Amino acid sequence: MSEKKIKLQLKDLTKKYDNGDGVEHINLDIYEGEIVSFLGPSGCGKTTILRAIGGFHDVTSGDITIDGQSIVNLPPEKRPTAMVFQSYNLWPHMTIYENLAFGLKLRKIPQRQIEEDIKNMLKLVSMSGCEKKYPSQLSGGQQQRIAIARSLLLKPSLLLLDEPFSALDAKIRQQMREELKKIQSDLGITVVFVTHDQEEAMTLSHRIVVMNKGKFEQVGSPTEIYDNPNSKYVASFIGEMNFIQDGEKIIAVRPENVNVIVGGSGMVNGKVRTIMVLGHYVSVNVQCGDDVIKCFVSREISDQLEVGDPVGLDFEKYHTFTE
Amino acid sequence: MFKYLNPKRFYFAVGKRKFWEFIVLAVFVLFFYGPLLNMFMMAFANVYEPPHLLASEWGLKWWNFIFEQESLRSSIIQSFVVAVITTICSMIICIPAAYSLARFKYPGRRIFMLSFLLTNAFPKIGIFISIGVLFYKYNLMGTLAGVVIIHMINSMMFMVWLPSSSFRTVHPQQEEAARDVGAGPVRTFFKVTLPMAMPGIAVATLYTFLGSMEEAQGTLLVGLGQLKTMPVEMYGIILDYPGQAGAVFAILLIIPSLVLIFLMRKYIGPDAIAGGFKMK
Repeated sequence: MSEKKIKLQLKDLTKKYDNGDGVEHINLDIYEGEIVSFLGPSGCGKTTILRAIGGFHDVTSGDITIDGQSIVNLPPEKRPTAMVFQSYNLWPHMTIYENLAFGLKLRKIPQRQIEEDIKNMLKLVSMSGCEKKYPSQLSGGQQQRIAIARSLLLKPSLLLLDEPFSALDAKIRQQMREELKKIQSDLGITVVFVTHDQEEAMTLSHRIVVMNKGKFEQVGSPTEIYDNPNSKYVASFIGEMNFIQDGEKIIAVRPENVNVIVGGSGMVNGKVRTIMVLGHYVSVNVQCGDDVIKCFVSREISDQLEVGDPVGLDFEKYHTFTE
Repeated sequence: MFKYLNPKRFYFAVGKRKFWEFIVLAVFVLFFYGPLLNMFMMAFANVYEPPHLLASEWGLKWWNFIFEQESLRSSIIQSFVVAVITTICSMIICIPAAYSLARFKYPGRRIFMLSFLLTNAFPKIGIFISIGVLFYKYNLMGTLAGVVIIHMINSMMFMVWLPSSSFRTVHPQQEEAARDVGAGPVRTFFKVTLPMAMPGIAVATLYTFLGSMEEAQGTLLVGLGQLKTMPVEMYGIILDYPGQAGAVFAILLIIPSLVLIFLMRKYIGPDAIAGGFKMK
């Protein structure tokens, strides 16, 4: 991506609900071929922004452009976006074929073309041969695949995903993420993804927008956000983080950045509280005064430790925030 | 063979519980189907003397009599015309109302829902008489429009409650998904919302149609005897002729109901009806 083309632009977007909740002064550029995730707890306004882009919310003020064209006054059916919801995407009274063909027929695409497109698309989402089934005959994960397929069939400029995997169980969610990422890179489509699952945002996105209470906390690539969180909120939301009170300041350190010195003394000293083997690494909790510091160590080090042993801790890399 | 019909033998053969269940069922069946069976028997009785259980002379005499009545065919047509107009008008008015009740939250929504119960809570005759005052003023007495309005009032509760609960089962995201793929609001309603709510609407429509077919009281009072539907005609026949004539007419009146129930049997069930009475 040498010459980055702007796909979607949010300009000073404000959407206020009657009760005063909502988002204010949102500015963001999303580039062609990018996956951008909005990440935050429920009620932070991430879905509000997505629904505003899709046309399901009237905006209070501001503008939304796609490829430089303002779409803010268009109804959902006139926008070049396609949305996949958390659930209830499919129409239960139509077969899978009818569900997929619905939008294509509205676009007056010839019957033969529709049949071919649907066949190819079902292959892409690994659901070949289910044309004659009804949505209720499919599992939750399969239904979401069909919903994604239906959106992709319309060749949208922008694919909007509103927590599409949150209703699925962990294993299928993992698999769906990988498939989505593959489909996205094959088709080079631009995706806006909303999630409250930080792991999902980290694995899927090119850029993450961390949101809190209707505002952007940080925008950056997953590594930028993980390595250099610019607030305590972002630090606590992404990955695991120890927070140690140091006078006025708070020291934040990731468990993998703590070096455990067996018996010796380090920046802080404490006693081993628990040792949990998590496969190829070990999570050791160390009691240092009032704080419990979590450290990820190798098996070699943990083998030398017993609960109650005194240890010294050195922080390889840490951040300081003021309260 | 008869010894097996001995109640004592039966009692010990099936056990106490089953025995009483059988008795209760038998009483219920007799209570439920007895009058119907009696009506069928009456319809094929040329001569029937009341204290007897069965007819003293069988035959189709009263069928011939009814079919010879010139008013029969016209009353059937009249009934169908009134029922069809009532159903169509009721759908046009009530389905949008049901949709708004299901989709939009506004103050007084529940009271509005309950108000449909009121027309069924008052004795009908009282409503008809007070409506009569208005109808005279607007020249609706003795007209088709007046009768249709009366029939619609009767059907409103069903026509609003049942479709409303059906519309609630359509998730807003399913409508939004249709908008998203390019359907306008009207197409979304007819292609997604309405088909998904169809079972409830079908049952409500059926009730409205059947209700209109058998309505006699209001039709007589407001129609002033000018609109001779089948039930109105039947009143006259029951008063003027022996019971057998009424029985034949009643059987004729059942036919359209049976046909409709048979056609829509897929949609009619305790679930569909019970679903309509959930207040949310």
